[in-house]
Amino acid sequence: MIWQLDLAILTLLIVCAVAAISVKDLLATAILFGAYSFMMCLLWSIMAAVDVAFTEASVGAGVSTVFFVAAVFRTTRRTKD
Amino acid sequence: MILSGGLLLYATKDFPSWGDPTSPASTHVSPRYLKKSLEETRVPNVVTSILADYRGYDTMFETTVIFCAGVACFMLLRTFEKRETDHYYRHVPTGITIHIKGQREIPIESKEFEKIDAIWTPYDLIINTVSRFLVPFIQLFALYVIAHGHHSPGGGFQGGVILGASMIVLAIAFNLRTAVRRLGERIDSIMSALGVFIYSGIGALCVLLGANFLDYKALAQILPIDRVAARSDGILGVEIGVGIAVMAVMICVYNNVASEGRYDEGL
Repeated sequence: MIWQLDLAILTLLIVCAVAAISVKDLLATAILFGAYSFMMCLLWSIMAAVDVAFTEASVGAGVSTVFFVAAVFRTTRRTKD
Repeated sequence: MILSGGLLLYATKDFPSWGDPTSPASTHVSPRYLKKSLEETRVPNVVTSILADYRGYDTMFETTVIFCAGVACFMLLRTFEKRETDHYYRHVPTGITIHIKGQREIPIESKEFEKIDAIWTPYDLIINTVSRFLVPFIQLFALYVIAHGHHSPGGGFQGGVILGASMIVLAIAFNLRTAVRRLGERIDSIMSALGVFIYSGIGALCVLLGANFLDYKALAQILPIDRVAARSDGILGVEIGVGIAVMAVMICVYNNVASEGRYDEGL
């Protein structure tokens, strides 16, 4: 485990998480959430939990992003709060 | 919020350090699984053997949760009213778009005219061709992930999600009607229930053969294999069930969300 890599990914993870809940544009939130999932997937694979990383990559970064984009497409793009 | 977050961060100080062999979680059953898994189930990937064999109940109800999510999405979103919009068609030989006002339609069997979404999307040859080439490989990879879950990371959940994603790629690159024509709503719903049925059916079969629920050793009585290989094959059967259920539910959720439950026009 390379701690510099670990730290960089953790920083990006926190940036993605904070950005995803503070951005007003919901489409951007969906994409940021996908990026968050991908960072999480990298962290899982660094921690040698490859099965979990695989699930995170396919479910979190892949399909759920598509679901969010589809939901944004059918509702509104701006949040009210 | 900051206070509770701070308290949570403070509490992590008491956690055992990462990969600590003396931590409470890895002193009771984990060593036994790690030692016995290969000789008891002949599955090199311990994660798979724990998920599908030792902790079979958990995974069965996880599959049930996925199935319930699909049913809930269907119940909340699916409507059978038609949308009151004009229809748009593309004349295939010339590429001209036709706008028909009112509720008149060109029959769907027409080879000359192809229906397109009301929110106009340009006809893109590159995207269509690439996705058409890509989808079989995605599906092949998904089947590999399901079947090879014994030896490498993967299994029913991941493989099922990738299979569902291949149909979603089709629905995004072409349109929702193309994907629904390939895998209809009825078959999709049946498959989502079938996956859960395969899983619980294998469990019930073990009961009928005189063992505990989901005790795959009993399958050796009806299959021409020994008891250890029966456990391995039982895991494979269960993974196939999970894969089918997850794939069908993913497609069901996407279709309902993308078309507001109308199954006519998607993303």
